[in-house]
Amino acid sequence: MTELDELYQEVILEHSKAPRNYRRPEATNRSAEGYNPLCGDRFTVFLDVEGDAIRDIGFQGSGCAISRASASMMTQSVKGKSKEEAARLFEEFHRLVTGGAKTPEERTILGKLAAFAGVSKFPVRVKCATLAWHTMQSALEGKQDVVSTE
Amino acid sequence: MTRLAHHPISEPLQEASAQEASAPSAGFPDIERIRRDFPILGQRVHGKRLVYLDNGATSQKPWAVIRAITRYYEQDNANIHRGVHTLSVRATEAHDAARRTVQSFLHAADAREMVFVRGATEAINLVAQSYGRAHVAAGDDVLITAMEHHSNIVPWQMLCEEKQARLRVAPINDRGELLMEEFERLIGPRTRIIAVTHVSNALGTVNPLRRIIHLAHQQNVPVLVDGAQAAPHLPVDVQALDCDFYVFSGHKVYGPTGIGALYGKAALLDSMPPYQGGGDMIRSVTFEKTTYNELPFKFEAGTPDIAGAVGLGAALEYVSELGMDYVAAHGQDLLTYATEAVGAIPGVRLIGTASQRAGVLSFVSDHVHPHDLGTILDREGVAIRTGHHCAQPVMDRFGIPATARASFAVYNTREDIDALVEGIAKAHEVFG
Repeated sequence: MTELDELYQEVILEHSKAPRNYRRPEATNRSAEGYNPLCGDRFTVFLDVEGDAIRDIGFQGSGCAISRASASMMTQSVKGKSKEEAARLFEEFHRLVTGGAKTPEERTILGKLAAFAGVSKFPVRVKCATLAWHTMQSALEGKQDVVSTE
Repeated sequence: MTRLAHHPISEPLQEASAQEASAPSAGFPDIERIRRDFPILGQRVHGKRLVYLDNGATSQKPWAVIRAITRYYEQDNANIHRGVHTLSVRATEAHDAARRTVQSFLHAADAREMVFVRGATEAINLVAQSYGRAHVAAGDDVLITAMEHHSNIVPWQMLCEEKQARLRVAPINDRGELLMEEFERLIGPRTRIIAVTHVSNALGTVNPLRRIIHLAHQQNVPVLVDGAQAAPHLPVDVQALDCDFYVFSGHKVYGPTGIGALYGKAALLDSMPPYQGGGDMIRSVTFEKTTYNELPFKFEAGTPDIAGAVGLGAALEYVSELGMDYVAAHGQDLLTYATEAVGAIPGVRLIGTASQRAGVLSFVSDHVHPHDLGTILDREGVAIRTGHHCAQPVMDRFGIPATARASFAVYNTREDIDALVEGIAKAHEVFG
């Protein structure tokens, strides 16, 4: 498989074309906006948080295939998780796309998100893959500023 | 307050069109020879022939430039204007010669009208901070257009904020052309300066400069022309244009980064306060009083980028030897070919379809985001720019976050554009 095929895995292409949870949940009580000025990607992540639990999550906005698929798969991965689990997942995801988490064992926690391993061969695309995650983190922390990847 | 004298326009007001430039004579200059002049083009990227189509961001450098800089450091390096020793005299002469080359490139009347700067951005900042701060007051207007690069927006915004002046923006139509009636209407008694690009970096639009300058001068308003994207593609004659300021960056015209030039009419430059203080820009200094140096040194504080100037001189000599008419005709041929080829791809929409364009083809695809396209093309050895091109208001105008942009140079061929088209097709396959 070429590096390009590894980057644009079938599951990533599929999510980029038909993103899941592309909506604003009715019970949204936290949200944040993320922006990558380099390429113009811009997403809003909406959360319905109760206590420590992420009851619902959605996103809207525009961006490249990697950022869109990443946002879509992130919403699936963190829905129903605790804030702490979501933070842990982001940590592992970040390790994956920056060239860490090389063994299958290390990737267990990531599940389907392991499809993003190919991003590590394209350092300029790491920001695309992590934009929605940074934005979610910001929403969880209740920050008001637009998250920028720059 | 210094106001401009009325500038009579003796030339007819038709625009010099790049398309009118004479076609290259058969076999000259030889494109393969030109390509060999640029050592970087010989390499392979991801195993593919390098197809460099990001010339709007920066161009590659010919041997003539690389060797001129090396030779300067190997043989002539010294500081200028202060030593009696041989090397200082040589360095000073090389620097002066480079200035005369820039003068001749822009067809300016006098070398004193050429100020070396870091690039177009610094030149615009110089004019905004020096001319602008001296002439723009509360309630005054600065007029720009909706197709400007950030570097021809932000310096004026900063000035207007400081002076409580208004930044007026002349709109463009859906093809990316300046709406001349609106533009004319926006020039009023409070307009103190107009800053307009010669060629749009995001759309490729060539602005009708003579008409713009004529309208401005009818109301005694000076015009600054941002020539960053024009200097590599079109013959520029500041006297024929009658512009008051013209700025460009060396690195987009095959020169090194970090050097560019500001042209200003001598009377204007003379009347302007210095931009920065320091060495070289003064005639005499006591703690009570400093007398400023003559033009252009008044605006060149500190030891300049001497090697950069030498490199820029070599670059402009290189393109002048090719002939700017040839350069323009070659660029127009590539743009026409690319417009047809890329425009014919299903799902692709061209952004910027002005009747007069140069150097740049901007487009979006229904199937693939510019950023993904850029990555896929890179794996094919094709380098393009993706993003907002430092022209976010232009992106907003067209309701898009980004475009893909292919921009051309003297060493590009139709084969390069074929590679671009194949790469787009491949991206469409991936995302089909």
